[in-house]
Amino acid sequence: MNTNLNISNSEYDDLISKKAQKSPMLRNIFFAFVIGGLICMLGQFINDTLQNYGISKDDASIYTSISLIFIGAFLTSINLYSRLGKIAGAGSTIPITGFSNSIVAPAIEFKSEGYVLGIGANMFKVAGPVLVYGVTSTVILGFVYYLFNYIF
Amino acid sequence: MKIGKQTIKLNSKPCIYSTSSIVGPKEMQGPLAQYFDMHIKDIFFEEKSFEKAESKMLESCINNLIVKSGISQKDIDVIFSGDLLNQCISSGFAIRDFDVPFLGLYGACSTFCEGLLLSSLLIEGNTANQVIASASSHFCSAERQFRLPLEHGNQKSPTAQATVTASGAALVTNRAVADNGIHITHVTPGKIIDLGVKDMSNMGAAMAPAAFSTISNHLTDTGRDIDYYDYIFTGDLGVHGSDMLRELFKNEGIDISSKHKDCGVIIYDENTQDVNCGGSGCGCIASVFSSYIFNELKAKNLNKILLVATGALMSPLSSSQGESIPGIAHAIAIENEV
Repeated sequence: MNTNLNISNSEYDDLISKKAQKSPMLRNIFFAFVIGGLICMLGQFINDTLQNYGISKDDASIYTSISLIFIGAFLTSINLYSRLGKIAGAGSTIPITGFSNSIVAPAIEFKSEGYVLGIGANMFKVAGPVLVYGVTSTVILGFVYYLFNYIF
Repeated sequence: MKIGKQTIKLNSKPCIYSTSSIVGPKEMQGPLAQYFDMHIKDIFFEEKSFEKAESKMLESCINNLIVKSGISQKDIDVIFSGDLLNQCISSGFAIRDFDVPFLGLYGACSTFCEGLLLSSLLIEGNTANQVIASASSHFCSAERQFRLPLEHGNQKSPTAQATVTASGAALVTNRAVADNGIHITHVTPGKIIDLGVKDMSNMGAAMAPAAFSTISNHLTDTGRDIDYYDYIFTGDLGVHGSDMLRELFKNEGIDISSKHKDCGVIIYDENTQDVNCGGSGCGCIASVFSSYIFNELKAKNLNKILLVATGALMSPLSSSQGESIPGIAHAIAIENEV
């Protein structure tokens, strides 16, 4: 390339790594652990409470998921989940509330393009890959499990 | 007249007659608030979408420029404008209702200088007398095109920059028509420089080599050294990109730290405003030049500046395909007649 730069790509890359501010790893891990843990504790609390009132274990799990999905969607709609995500990182993206957030966020954002081409087409923009590979790997694992049971 | 490798000396010295700026709520909380002409309180600007809000912002900005300059629409020969959105829709829709020829530009964040550069060349060639150069960007419209939805809870890289919600416009005139002593004396269109940076959340570092290349070629071509200028204003390298630019000059044995300011850094208070490495977007240098810098030039606190707008010429598509980020920078020397 015709330039007056006396620096190679790899030298420049090294310079960037030396100068760029790093993510505060320890702080991020700490908050991800605490907030992610709190979300899971909330789920456990809902589950235990429901079972305490005589709801079966299977039903209680379903109600717990539904409640957490609602909480995630609600917090997203009042612009609180994005603030939580800034602090918690993976702590708030990994639990099911984060999954809910990743579907509601584009739905809000793309409303301006209408219900079909906006919300419909973009709702799974972020969560789509998770669904595709989640479902695919579940099918593969299910098949392996079936074969395993069949043979042994 | 071309001098050296890539600089054009403007013998007619086109004048930057007046400027206009409009910013969003966050920029109004920043350190440059007192310099902006107008601001919007609501990020939607009473419109139904962010894109419409951006167009309306640019339209208001150009209208304000016309009123401020005391000219009428029919006196304007051409409007150059550009923005970050696909197919430059902010500009197209903003200028739809003007009865003026329009030339749309895309140079990413370098658009404003590209517009000023082309405006001054039209005037230098005696093909136009009054030309408007403008650019805009909007945090929400850019964010949704380039990154994740706003409400998505995620963490940003410390090197990321925040798109500025702002528009800026400048009226460039032939000195025979209108003159206030602020002249464009040289322009240096930049070359595309790509040192292989692929990180979309580190555009400052991707653009810094282009800024270095353009600035050092400009200095060589004009035979000037860095001390000739009161300041070199880049836009928008951000905190980290500025650091990289200083390092690149340091490698050549030149210290620019006392002579360099970056519009992306000065528009926000990086400690209190949660913007990571500072601002970016077409509207950043456009609004900072049209407010703070132009004011300082008018007040003669600054007399010789080099305005260097840098752009990252990638798209989310090219980045998904694993391409690196090509950088560009255009320089414009603006001097007060003494």
